[in-house]
Amino acid sequence: MLIYFLQRLVSVIPVALGVSLICFMLVHIAPGDPLTAVMPVDATAEQQAEMRAAYGFDKPLPVQFVLWLGNALTGDLGTSIASGRPVADEVMRAVGNSLILAFFASAIGFPLGILFGFLAGTYKNGVVDKVITGIAIAGVSVPNYWLGMVLVVIFSVSLGWLPSMGAGPGGSTEWAWDWEHLRFIILPAITLAAVPMGIVTRTVRALVADIRSNDFVTALYAKGLMSRHVVAHVIRNAAPTALSVVGIQLGYLLGGSILIETVFNWPGTGFLLSNAIFQRDLPLLQGTILVLALFFVVTNLLVDLAQPLIDPRIRRT
Amino acid sequence: MTEALVDIRNLNVRFHGARTVHAVNGLDLSLKPGEVLTILGESGSGKSVTLKALLRLLPEKRTAISGAMTVDGIDVMSLKGRALADYRGGTTSMIFQEPMLALDPVYTIGEQIAEAVCRHKGISRSAGMDVALDMLKKVRIPSPERRLKNYPHEMSGGMRQRAMIALALSCRPKLLLADEPTTALDATVQIQVLLLLRELQKEFGMGIIFVTHDIGVAVEISDRIAVMYAGTLIETGTTREIIRDARHPYTRGLLAANLHDVTPGTRLEAIPGAPPALDARPTACSFAPRCPEAGPVCSAALPPVLTPGAGRRVVCVPKADRFAGATSAAPAVNA
Ligand SMILES: Nc1ncnc2c1ncn2[C@@H]1O[C@H](COP(=O)(O)OP(=O)(O)O)[C@@H](O)[C@H]1O
Ligand SMILES: [Mg+2]
Repeated sequence: MLIYFLQRLVSVIPVALGVSLICFMLVHIAPGDPLTAVMPVDATAEQQAEMRAAYGFDKPLPVQFVLWLGNALTGDLGTSIASGRPVADEVMRAVGNSLILAFFASAIGFPLGILFGFLAGTYKNGVVDKVITGIAIAGVSVPNYWLGMVLVVIFSVSLGWLPSMGAGPGGSTEWAWDWEHLRFIILPAITLAAVPMGIVTRTVRALVADIRSNDFVTALYAKGLMSRHVVAHVIRNAAPTALSVVGIQLGYLLGGSILIETVFNWPGTGFLLSNAIFQRDLPLLQGTILVLALFFVVTNLLVDLAQPLIDPRIRRT
Repeated sequence: MTEALVDIRNLNVRFHGARTVHAVNGLDLSLKPGEVLTILGESGSGKSVTLKALLRLLPEKRTAISGAMTVDGIDVMSLKGRALADYRGGTTSMIFQEPMLALDPVYTIGEQIAEAVCRHKGISRSAGMDVALDMLKKVRIPSPERRLKNYPHEMSGGMRQRAMIALALSCRPKLLLADEPTTALDATVQIQVLLLLRELQKEFGMGIIFVTHDIGVAVEISDRIAVMYAGTLIETGTTREIIRDARHPYTRGLLAANLHDVTPGTRLEAIPGAPPALDARPTACSFAPRCPEAGPVCSAALPPVLTPGAGRRVVCVPKADRFAGATSAAPAVNA
């Protein structure tokens, strides 16, 4: 067990390194000079060279990578070209906001998805299943920015119940746990929850239906169990796979959504990323992508670590 | 005469869905307490369906069951809810062909046995675990204390089947249904499990309906044998009667195909042809198209039930009558 945990932990290192390298390279592969956006149009060659040296762009790429990685490890992701503030600060604030949004979307999407999937899988091909499958397909296939706009039209524009954009009253970007702030998060959280809810529903439905078709379920009834006891067995069998699906979806949620954060002007990582792209803010872009990618790695790691705790079949391998 | 433990009268099972399947047709069967009866038949003949019907395990929505089934005085057809659950595993329990598939992969063996015991006897979990340990000893699983905490995947096939038997017998049922319990096992393990079953049967005194397609296994374990073909029991008798004095051409064909003292090199006399589709209720002998002895009468009407002796039953047109009235009963056959 301990060895398994250590193996998993160690196996993350090369993945994280690879991810960093890709993040670093991505921006250098993109066409155009990263500095053109911020440089005065009439800058002289000396001014350009000076600027390049200031940002370290004059060194060979491998050296730039090692320096960048070394700094990143100490929490220094460089300075935003556009705002001049440390990238780490900007990313951390955005990450905080995205996490809050992801938290609410999770609280809506996962319990609903698991419950729906369980019901649909248990009563497969019945009316309940048809209705739930319809909702799940809609959740997955309706473009979520469109869903966001529809919600805004209904609840903000027509009914005037909820604000349409921002993260707090008066354009505040600092989160607080009160109704004034909660009002702002309801619509984006619902919008963000739609896709993971649909995916979790469909996966859990297939999973539960599959488990129920096993011989051992017949055998459970054969030994005299009632439906409610059998449900407990189905849950314990479904838990490991359901958990890993939820884990992957959680990774997506934590990454924030460029489209949804843009629609709702939510100051999270997606919003930051879109700003970084449009302003060609290279260090900000690299830092944001790196942090997002590492989120994926870490959530997957956590799922991997949690799985043997609940699934005896994995424990031995 | 002792009261029968199992009495099945005119059992019919039909599945409807994309395709209608008449899986069991007019099945009559009875079993005395403590008796071991084998249902012998090739794959697809309706053996598993018969056992599942006895535990009411067939999918309710897609299945039409008719007839009467009584087990230990309980009218099985009318059971529902809690009474049905009490009957399952309490009065009648079942062991399955593939124990790997029939055990819950994420519960320990101990938990799975204790769960059944607690459910039926209403005792505490730890008392249930004690019973489970006891049962593992009874089926002679080595180091039972350790095996109690094993998951099914941590055991060998033979061990799993022993655990399945322990589970099935943990609530002291009056009737045990065994659906090809040794088919998935190696030959040597197969014999051990059969011997164990026979021993436990003597100790616990329950009746067993054993299902197999293997005549050797049937002879090994049973007091009586019922031969099933295409959803119908075509011949019933004591093991001795079936081996020595099979009356139905299908039974004789099966025996011929399984003779063990054939000279090497000679071909076994397998029965040519394939079993019929089950999409309609039979109106004649289902075996007639494959029967080497069939006459026109055999494919014209349902065969009569002959009772050549007490407890003996053969569903076949007597040899002398197979061609009788051929010209009138069936359309003339062009020579
Ligand atoms: N749940 C079901 N739905 C439809 N057909 C079934 C079902 N279970 C069994 N059958 C059909 O009933 C027939 C008898 O099956 P079974 O009793 O499993 O045969 P076996 O003698 O090999 O155990 C087969 O043709 C099978 O396809
Ligand atoms: Mg079968």
